[in-house]
Amino acid sequence: MPVTTLVSYSVQRVEVMDVEGEVDASLMPELSSERIAALYEVMVLTRVFDERMLKLQRQGRLGTFARVAGQEGAHVGAAFALRDEDWMVPAFREAGAFLLRGMKMEHFLQYWGGDERGNVFPEGVRMLPASIPVGTHMLHAAGLGWAMKKKGERSAVLTVFGEGATSEGDFSEAMNFAAVYQCPVVFFCQNNQWAISVPYHKQSQACTVAQKALGYGMPGTQVDGNDVFAVYRAVSEALENARNGSGPALIEAHTYRVTDHTTADDARRYREDAEVEEWRERDPIERLGRYMKKNGLLDDAGETAVHEEAVGKVAEAVAVFEAMEPPPAEELFAHVFAEITPPLAEQRDRLLRRLEGGE
Amino acid sequence: MARLNMVEAIDQALRQEMDRDDTVIVLGEDVGKDGGVFRVTDGLYERFGEDRVMDTPLAESGIVGFAIGMAIGGFKPVAEIQFSGFVYPAYDQILSHAARFRTRSRGQRTVPMVVRMPYGGGIRALEHHSESMEAVFAHIPGLKVVIPSDPYEAKGLLTAAIRDPDPVVFFEPARVYRAIKMEVPEEQYTLPIGEARVVREGTDLTLIAWGAHVRTIKEAAERLAGDKRCDVEVIDVRTISPFDAATVVASVKKTGRAIIVHEAPQSGGFGAEISAQIMERAVLHLEAPVKRIAGFDTIPPLSKLEDLYQPSVDLVVDEVIATMEF
Ligand SMILES: Cc1ncc(C[n+]2csc(CCOP(=O)(O)OP(=O)(O)O)c2C)c(N)n1
Repeated sequence: MPVTTLVSYSVQRVEVMDVEGEVDASLMPELSSERIAALYEVMVLTRVFDERMLKLQRQGRLGTFARVAGQEGAHVGAAFALRDEDWMVPAFREAGAFLLRGMKMEHFLQYWGGDERGNVFPEGVRMLPASIPVGTHMLHAAGLGWAMKKKGERSAVLTVFGEGATSEGDFSEAMNFAAVYQCPVVFFCQNNQWAISVPYHKQSQACTVAQKALGYGMPGTQVDGNDVFAVYRAVSEALENARNGSGPALIEAHTYRVTDHTTADDARRYREDAEVEEWRERDPIERLGRYMKKNGLLDDAGETAVHEEAVGKVAEAVAVFEAMEPPPAEELFAHVFAEITPPLAEQRDRLLRRLEGGE
Repeated sequence: MARLNMVEAIDQALRQEMDRDDTVIVLGEDVGKDGGVFRVTDGLYERFGEDRVMDTPLAESGIVGFAIGMAIGGFKPVAEIQFSGFVYPAYDQILSHAARFRTRSRGQRTVPMVVRMPYGGGIRALEHHSESMEAVFAHIPGLKVVIPSDPYEAKGLLTAAIRDPDPVVFFEPARVYRAIKMEVPEEQYTLPIGEARVVREGTDLTLIAWGAHVRTIKEAAERLAGDKRCDVEVIDVRTISPFDAATVVASVKKTGRAIIVHEAPQSGGFGAEISAQIMERAVLHLEAPVKRIAGFDTIPPLSKLEDLYQPSVDLVVDEVIATMEF
């Protein structure tokens, strides 16, 4: 009665580009110069937008929001691998992916400014709104994936979440459902190592998030999340496998939250500045910029131009946002059901009469 | 006497009860080094260490389910849910387990546990941060539901909740957290769970609320008195489960009129239960229909429309006058 090893697994980490912008040519994903330039532009736009949002928030023109600066390599890189026919099911720290998928910046501002009319994507964009409840939306991705497969579409679903989210029970259920029904889903974890004040080692005793895939019978890979090429490569492959019927995969982008958790947080209460500084040096945008400069895709003038163009686009969006009228009272009731119910209609009418001074 | 806001009063209640009883454990997301996202547990981690002030993984069902086990194992967990909007993964643990162990085991296994959480609107928050869903907890047999309205109340009621032998859900009105300061005794005290409080005596009409809207109705009553319109009695329900019908009914028998104010959606809200109790026990004393002023049966809107959703002092004043003129 011998003891036999039934399974043994290993978990791989993929790095394509180092901090200096040097790449391993054998791992470099297929990306034309134009696509690389486009990727860079979105990442810069995301950064500029994020910084502008912070200013607007400090001026009281936006509510609390989660910054993305420093994580552009991860979520922009992942969303860049999507095709129009794919779906994205986001959490709330993926502003760059929202822009990439076609959400207008002014609508993004409108939503985070407290007006849910901004929570709408252009017609045809396959994306769900942000999910504020942590770790519960990945099940929707699994179900959506099943629906795509059932309809015979060659499309996949990318769902994004933080490492904290992997502690929620729904994460396990989503992974299990996706695997059991072999749904075309890529689970993309932005492991930025902090869930508000809780560091990864207090969140989980698993050395990697990637290995959590193994218990559900799907592959799991870690990539350097500040290396946009590694992210793009891993996510493209996983999406393509999913579209081809090979089932789900988990990708952990190992990155870092260099900002406060949200505009309501003060990270100095619970972590050391030195750690943050160390990660700032691995900035994903600067890293891509170095690669582009080394390969003749960008020079100093071009760098400035990309930045200025982003500043201009953001300024235009902010101007549109600031000119927006506040929502009318009817909006409160407008989309609770497909058709307003009699009790709601009564409540609405009473409110409107009161606002007109009639009651 | 020190003047404290509600955050400080709750923090103090926790600290003093942890000093007094070393089986009391605080657990939740970010309650440790960070002191909680509202700073309610500020300083506890430094004082009691990470064994008694536990930063948990991000899992509400985990927090409450784990706390149930701790309670059965002889500890008194005080679990924090970061916002009441995120308690629902734990709803199963609360409803199917915490509230039932005593009954199922005929008293052999009990769950002396507190689940605290900020709730309610008026803070210009994100989605899921403004809900007021206390009624879906009050509907659970075997569970106590406590809602303080000010710092003094919060300290006394929380201390009582921790000492209570049964599971208590403790809703903290986020809007009140830092809105008012008042004198709170340094020494420990408890306030009774299951007794409503007459905040202001009056003869013409009874206004009833809990949490943040006790302030709304108090202001309305003062304005009406100042304008010499009428003399309103104000009741803070304090604990919606168990609900103290006797205090409310006695008041309505005296005044003959009642309005219940809550920000939770009107249909199926706890105001309906109060109204039913009044009808059953005091209908012949009524001079006018019992009225509810409540949130709409909609998802609470984001900040731009939030003021329309929340019952206001103006609205309460108008409705009182309408009821007086009925
Ligand atoms: C179910 C739920 N519980 C708690 C919260 C409060 N909360 C918001 S973000 C957050 C931490 C999330 O950490 P992680 O999943 O790692 O994502 P990150 O914020 O780091 O991007 C918490 C606890 C929430 N929004 N939803």
